[in-house]
Amino acid sequence: MSASVSTRRKPPRVGDTPVFRRTLIGIVLFLVAFVIVAPLIIIGVEAFAKGWAVYRDTIIHPDTQHAIMLTVLAALIAVPVNTVFGISAAWAITKFDFWGKRFLLVVIEIPFSVSPIVAGVAYLFVYGLQGLFGPLLDAWDIKILFAIPGIIIASMFVTAPFVARELIPLMQAQGRDLEEAATSLGASGWRTFFAVTLPNVKWALLYGVILCNARVMGEFGAVSVVSGNIRGQTNTLPLHIELLYHDYQAAGAFASASILALIAVFTIIAKVALERQGAGRVRKQANPAEKTS
Amino acid sequence: MKIRLENVVKTFETFRAVKDVSLDIESGELVALLGPSGSGKTTILRMVAGLEYSDGGTIHFGDQDATDIPVRDRGVGFVFQHYALFPHMTVADNIAFGMKVSKVKRDKAAIDARVADLLRLVRLEGLGDRFPAQISGGQRQRVALARALAVDPKVLLLDEPFGALDANVRRDLRRWLREIHSELGITTLFVTHDQEEALDLADRVVILKDGQIVQQGTPEKVCRDPQSAFVMRFLGDANVIAADVRDGRAYAGDVSVEASGVADGRAELYARPADLDWAQAGPGIAAKITRVLDRPDGRRVLAETQAGEALEFDVEPERILNAGETGFVTLRRAKVFAI
Repeated sequence: MSASVSTRRKPPRVGDTPVFRRTLIGIVLFLVAFVIVAPLIIIGVEAFAKGWAVYRDTIIHPDTQHAIMLTVLAALIAVPVNTVFGISAAWAITKFDFWGKRFLLVVIEIPFSVSPIVAGVAYLFVYGLQGLFGPLLDAWDIKILFAIPGIIIASMFVTAPFVARELIPLMQAQGRDLEEAATSLGASGWRTFFAVTLPNVKWALLYGVILCNARVMGEFGAVSVVSGNIRGQTNTLPLHIELLYHDYQAAGAFASASILALIAVFTIIAKVALERQGAGRVRKQANPAEKTS
Repeated sequence: MKIRLENVVKTFETFRAVKDVSLDIESGELVALLGPSGSGKTTILRMVAGLEYSDGGTIHFGDQDATDIPVRDRGVGFVFQHYALFPHMTVADNIAFGMKVSKVKRDKAAIDARVADLLRLVRLEGLGDRFPAQISGGQRQRVALARALAVDPKVLLLDEPFGALDANVRRDLRRWLREIHSELGITTLFVTHDQEEALDLADRVVILKDGQIVQQGTPEKVCRDPQSAFVMRFLGDANVIAADVRDGRAYAGDVSVEASGVADGRAELYARPADLDWAQAGPGIAAKITRVLDRPDGRRVLAETQAGEALEFDVEPERILNAGETGFVTLRRAKVFAI
């Protein structure tokens, strides 16, 4: 009986004919291979096209080393700052009521929707010599544009929403009950945050931090406008890759690109691991009764 | 600890959640705030806790003015409707939390001993190592209570404590909470929209409507002597029959009940399903049975009067009645309220 059920030809559901299914899967697989997988493979192949020695030479070249150092430095500053910003913004938006809250929610998302190059140009107008604070900064001999501070500020702008965006929906879903309970039991604000709030959002927080980090390291548009592309001084890794490529040093460009690709792969692995922990989406309440409100 | 609310007011934007509420809660008393949703009962509870500040009036704990004391220092134990247990801590750590963050330092052994005591009190010995997600709803509610009691609160406040539990668990927990209360004697205020829960559990029931107290008293008092149609309706099923009041009696069909203090003219008779009965002959209110519902403890009869009023009442399980029969609804007792 059961065998006859499993071998019986099932009538197709809507849009579920074998031809349709195979065509759709075929198109998707083709596009994934062509658009995503092939370029990654090319990076690997081209990086070592002229042999291991050339690859090594590119990586240990002072300009490359400096670019890597600068990229890491930008991440080391921008990621913690944006993490603190993200936590503060998420906390303020989800735990307090204040005027302009909806507006703030929209503003936080702006870096996502605006092209990074627009941010770069905007910074030129704010900090550039002909810009708003340009003369003032020049008078005090503070260099922001075409220097490291500019790179860091531009990176921060582009990645500002990452942490906040991961935390806000989760903290909204969790509500204020836990914090109220902790406070009613006598806990201070700090204690409540570290003992109650943070442990309940830690996976989402880490998830946001990893995405933020990947974006800082890969940022090109905004940074390319404000950095000035001075080799060995204000070149981050993505800018360095472009420069090498325009110098017809394809192997060098690919070798440097392989570093970024490697970072991306680690990011993806970390992201998948974190998603298993429940980050990246609003966690289902462990307690079914808690859904009744 | 005696609690006194005087002329407490709370407004949310433009909505007046609580209007001029004054209430005394005696030391050791178990009081229920009962009302439909939007009646302001939870807001009052949260103001007593310090989770909301009142816009006017004062709240005294004993002789101390607690109106502006923040929740952290107010010394109340609050049990949340959805328990609000810390999901990343074990049951024991949840209970110990208040003692660990307290300004009064205790050593680990003292905390562990107190946690063990509380687990015994709430009958959850051996579950200290579990996480909240690994225990049942009723058990979580008991952990929440133990956690609130751990800090030796002056007052215990419970917000719809059994609202999220199924009926059998609720009934058990209710009796059990009553036992804990008599054991500890702590002043307790709880919020519920379930009249049965309020009447089962409380020494005194405070009934709220639209941010105001409409009646308060012992369960016996509010049940036997509801002072408004709202209270009558809210406390349980009630039949409403149009009546005329003349000289202190209310007449409906060819029956009448005493209605002293009600002005002459049109009025409404309110009667519980158990206050009505069915007879083949009058005197009574002529009616026709529309349906009979069978229940484990009797039969619920739905009938319609000639005026079109729907009535519900209960008869003994042995009574043979069928839909379509005509006869008379008789009245054992009823309350009369002017319209």
